[in-house]
Amino acid sequence: MSSSPPASGFTSASSESLHLAVALDGAGWHPAAWREPDARPGELFTARYWADAVAEAEAGLLDFVTFEDSLALQSSSADGPDGRTDQVRGRLDAVLTAARIAPLTRHIGLVPAVTATHTEPFHISKAIATLDHVSRGRAGLRIQVSQPGYEARHFGRRAVPLPDTESYQEAADHIEVIRRLWDSWDDDAEIRDVATGRFIDRDKLHYIDFEGRHFSVRGPSITPRPPQGQPVVSAATTAAGGGGAAYGLIARSADVGYIAAADADGARAAVTEIRQARESAGLSAQPLHLFADLTVFLDEDAPAADARRSRLDALAGAPYSSDTAVFAGTAAQLADLLQDWRTAGLSGFRLRPGALAHDLPAITRGLVPELQRRGVFRRAYEADTLRGLLGLERPAGRYAVHPAA
Amino acid sequence: MSSKPLKQIHLAAHFPGVNNTTVWSDPAAGSHIDFDSFVHFAQTAERAKFDFLFLAEGLRLREQGGQIYDLDVVGRPDTFTVLAALAAVTERLGLTGTINSTFNEPYEVARQFASLDHLSEGRAAWNVVTSWDAFTGENFRRGGFLPREERYSRAKEFLATATELFDSWDGTEILADSDSGAFLRDARAGAFAHQGQHFDIEGHFNVPRSPQGRPVIFQAGDSDEGREFAASSADAIFGRYGTLDEGRAFYADVKGRLAAYGRSHDELKILPAATFVLGDTDAEAHELAHEVRRLQVSGQTAIKYLEHVWNRDLSGYDPDGPLPDIDPETGENTVALGRASVRQFRDPLETARQWRALAEAKNLSIRELVIATTSGQTFVGSAATVAEQIDTLVQADAADGFILVPHITPGGLDVFADTVVPLLQERGVFRTEYAGTTLRDHLGLAVPEAAVPQAPTGRQAAGA
Repeated sequence: MSSSPPASGFTSASSESLHLAVALDGAGWHPAAWREPDARPGELFTARYWADAVAEAEAGLLDFVTFEDSLALQSSSADGPDGRTDQVRGRLDAVLTAARIAPLTRHIGLVPAVTATHTEPFHISKAIATLDHVSRGRAGLRIQVSQPGYEARHFGRRAVPLPDTESYQEAADHIEVIRRLWDSWDDDAEIRDVATGRFIDRDKLHYIDFEGRHFSVRGPSITPRPPQGQPVVSAATTAAGGGGAAYGLIARSADVGYIAAADADGARAAVTEIRQARESAGLSAQPLHLFADLTVFLDEDAPAADARRSRLDALAGAPYSSDTAVFAGTAAQLADLLQDWRTAGLSGFRLRPGALAHDLPAITRGLVPELQRRGVFRRAYEADTLRGLLGLERPAGRYAVHPAA
Repeated sequence: MSSKPLKQIHLAAHFPGVNNTTVWSDPAAGSHIDFDSFVHFAQTAERAKFDFLFLAEGLRLREQGGQIYDLDVVGRPDTFTVLAALAAVTERLGLTGTINSTFNEPYEVARQFASLDHLSEGRAAWNVVTSWDAFTGENFRRGGFLPREERYSRAKEFLATATELFDSWDGTEILADSDSGAFLRDARAGAFAHQGQHFDIEGHFNVPRSPQGRPVIFQAGDSDEGREFAASSADAIFGRYGTLDEGRAFYADVKGRLAAYGRSHDELKILPAATFVLGDTDAEAHELAHEVRRLQVSGQTAIKYLEHVWNRDLSGYDPDGPLPDIDPETGENTVALGRASVRQFRDPLETARQWRALAEAKNLSIRELVIATTSGQTFVGSAATVAEQIDTLVQADAADGFILVPHITPGGLDVFADTVVPLLQERGVFRTEYAGTTLRDHLGLAVPEAAVPQAPTGRQAAGA
């Protein structure tokens, strides 16, 4: 159940092995990716499409996949729907999609996006705990705040959106509630004691009594503690505002942070800032993985990758821009880049395939073997849980009374 | 008999969990949390060609006397998440989730059901329930804000709003034409605007129209308001079943309300919850049913149950002795929290009087009284007897079918699937193979037309 304890300082890239995740969204991250001949855009709202993508990622021994999501239509504008009809619009709920895939996979981590701003932490806590139960310990979540004001109009609960700093504070509280609810059942709360007629030991269930600015939650959870104890919590930095606040959220609340940076120096600066914030929060003893987000176009040779990107840009009518660095080249060149960037203090990367149908297999069948040849990526899954893959210990419940060792 | 064709029976399976009817002390009782239990139960239901699997809901652990109630099964998974996972291990079985309209928002719930319908290729159903209690509300942002009298008003508007969201895509929007570059036919996809007493929202729904158009809608509840809500808005009603005559009266009443909403007799299925105990012979089944009741109602459970009515601590009483001679505390029930059954006892003094009379007449102890007055097994007998009972009730219009709740997790449905279902099939009243792929197909319900898209209002998509 629990993985071996991590060596101290493992997140500062002292070990040889890299961690790799893939961010799944639509037909890929390039807005014209759905127009590729192999893109299957008519299947974006089927389970089969997502099952195939995750199976490919699992065949490549990746640590986990993330599922993008939001509570509004995709838009290129911060002000509202952009009215475009030439890009993918519409998404299935990420938590449900991850759950639908869980029984079809065995090793890979499943990390759906969740919006803290408009959801109930009680519901999210039990949903991710259940994802952990149905996947036998492979669940995580990526917490995000809702930035567009028009998304708030889908809920009508707030007249105006919260300022960034307050949205991030709310997200931090949301995570705190989720984690406390995961801990609100001790691992051994279910006793089925026929002699006394008791199904549970009520002393092993705990009220969490969270009181915050935006919600108060009594607890305990209705769902028993998940297999990982605490599924993996992740959060991303974002170029669309809230940079410092996002760093703070990662520093205070996450097990994995995703950094969007233009180059290795940018990543280094972000790593430094987040690590300092982590230390200020008194959490430097708690392991924190920092991954860089990278958008990738992978081909047999660099000119082919450039040409493919240019062809997609022409279809889209504009050059692709991203909050991340955008890489176009070969698997070997990308492996070089990853090995270079990791010296910034990164323990892994979350790759965004430019066009999923092409770039995901290029990652699993091109990049992964290249990294294996270099001795910096696993050759087999060495753990059954996501925490295990990431070298994170299974935490003890905070409320449980532990016998002296 | 008239030459009326035989009615086809609908059968569903309720996963046994958090209730004292679930016998956890039996050596055959497995986990109610491990996904393997859900897989076994769902695959048994699908093997038996059941219409759907049903999950109940509870959003706070029950308490009694200020403490978490520890005698029954405690703990359940998240409904949407477990149903989505079950969609991967079943192909035809409907997946029905109970989701509260009080502690959720229409946009999020509509999106979860539409997603579940896509991910299951048309097998999602929503049992719409309401809550008002501040006790459960303590786990949510909104707290216990809802006045009791607004339960149905919010539920009705919640469902109407969700329906507007489901209908905001009519199913023709996605072209995904890579040659022309048109992913959407036009930019109005998902546009909605709703202004009402409880919800004032607008924007764009972001899940395209799902295979069933909308999930199948269930309504539970025996009250007059509940019946009216079901007649106006539900595809099926899930209630308590008493006797043949009570069933027929309920059936006639609810079906009689449909015409006022322009709906036909077949557009609302009546599916009461039912339990069963099967034996090789009727005598053996009755003996087994008695044993099951003793396991469901321990001495401690009986005392705790009595406290629901008495609304006071009765822990000093002997469950094998007579009923308390003190009267119930009247007023707000503060002893048992988070428990729907408390609502049954609207007049505790009268309930206590009736129970004392019954106990004296039959010389019953507390435990025996509780066993006698709480829901016993609906169907008890050999497989042939039970098949006969079910068929008789359905043909007599006491129900359109039943939602079966076994008393063992997760294997309690197996014997029913293996013995009763084949007999119903032989009688020609239950399917031997699924005729369609969606839950609407199984229930004989049409896919609803999307409402004509309204002219966009409010802040709208540029370029639309």
